[in-house]
Amino acid sequence: MKLVVCAGPATTGKTAVLRHMIRKLLAKNLRSAFLKIDVQYAEEDEIFAREFEIPTRKVYSGELCPDHCNVMVLGDALRWASDESCQVLMVETAGLCLRCSPYVDGGLGMVVLEATSGMNLPLKVGPMLSLADIAVITKIDRVSQAEREVFRYRIQDVAPQVRIREVNALYGIGIDPLVASVEAFPDAGENLLLRGNPPVGTCTICVGKKEVGWQAHFGVVRALDNQVFYRGE
Amino acid sequence: MIESITILSGRGKQGISETVRRIDFKMGDVVSIVGPTGSGKTTLINDIELFADGTTPTGRTVLINGMQPSSEYRDNPACNPIALITQHTTFLSDLPVHEFLKAHARIRSNSDRGSQELIQQTLDFANQLTGEPIVLTSQMTELSGGQTRALLIADATIICNTPIVLLDEVENAGIHRTRALELLRQYKKIFVFVTHDPRIALLSDYRIIMRQGCITDVLYASEEERECAVRVSHLDDLLTKMRDKLRYGERLTIEELEGVL
Repeated sequence: MKLVVCAGPATTGKTAVLRHMIRKLLAKNLRSAFLKIDVQYAEEDEIFAREFEIPTRKVYSGELCPDHCNVMVLGDALRWASDESCQVLMVETAGLCLRCSPYVDGGLGMVVLEATSGMNLPLKVGPMLSLADIAVITKIDRVSQAEREVFRYRIQDVAPQVRIREVNALYGIGIDPLVASVEAFPDAGENLLLRGNPPVGTCTICVGKKEVGWQAHFGVVRALDNQVFYRGE
Repeated sequence: MIESITILSGRGKQGISETVRRIDFKMGDVVSIVGPTGSGKTTLINDIELFADGTTPTGRTVLINGMQPSSEYRDNPACNPIALITQHTTFLSDLPVHEFLKAHARIRSNSDRGSQELIQQTLDFANQLTGEPIVLTSQMTELSGGQTRALLIADATIICNTPIVLLDEVENAGIHRTRALELLRQYKKIFVFVTHDPRIALLSDYRIIMRQGCITDVLYASEEERECAVRVSHLDDLLTKMRDKLRYGERLTIEELEGVL
């Protein structure tokens, strides 16, 4: 089973990119199962099930962060895709918080970013970009060549080992190299490990403390004047 | 070094095979693509931008220097020899023009002095295409439609300096088209215009005719058409002049049309 984990901010075109990939994989007799992880609403699973007649599912992460939810369900999902006699499992996740990333060793990590989101975006998204294998840039026809080049350059600057693919996801332009990357990627093994170091996990907000002000909290605390980031290991 | 691009024919809508089997663009060519709306003009430049290899919906193949393009063009966007400006393309950055151009020039030039020169050339180029000159200290988002188009073209031609520039219906925003073509001809590149504008079509070296998704003909501008181009330009200038007069609150007279209409 080949595993593809696709992350990216909302409205960047993740679904549009995956749609073209699924179609092209099917044409090569590689059947995909599709899992969508979102917080509270998604319909891509129903759309893909109708469009391609492939097995699809969705999970609402609800009170968990979507990346956390991904770690919980990914093992089950690989077994499910295998039971459905698929050769590829595509996981699309919202990737909301920019402190960690959903990619695992053994799966192709793909981030979808839109060129229209501003030249500084590559500097903002953190491990969702730097730990990916491929950065897919969409909406390239909407911005000037200058912004397109600066955007690309800044990705190379913060994540030099990430391959960059520029695509037009509306027309399916530039999708073939993505499909080739999936085909070339080895099958996912038994014991999958999260690729990045998760952020520090003792969050007093997450366990229900609502008081405002660092004095009321413990674990990792930040005052306005303290600009030191704690970055895990 | 890129010397030519070749388009090998594919299929149009309803699977009709194209009759024009092969077109070669040579370095220095200025080409127009013309045809009614929906005839496949944008699809054709999409094929070029993608270096179609027979797998796009049209089945066309694009060659560079007569050969299949090096995978580097596709794999490394920084090596992409094509700049694309469409009718939707715009600047999104809210920066002063100078800061913006500097950010771009820096990644193209190694020295501060080099990038300073690029910025000045780009601005000079753009200002020859616009009515109102662009000021380096104004914000990108304050530029008018015409100034934006002019700067997009100047930036793609001078700072990007890609050997191939694709321009999809950029004429609508009021730039000096005759001047644009004269200026672009000084740069030895392949310029491909998707256009509805008679002036651009007639001033191009040749024009590709599209119908129902197919390339149906390639027409070289005839002597007579070159003559027409001059007159069309007069007509166009006259219209522009009348438009300007209306804009500035002046009155029009029949006299202005004497000898023309």
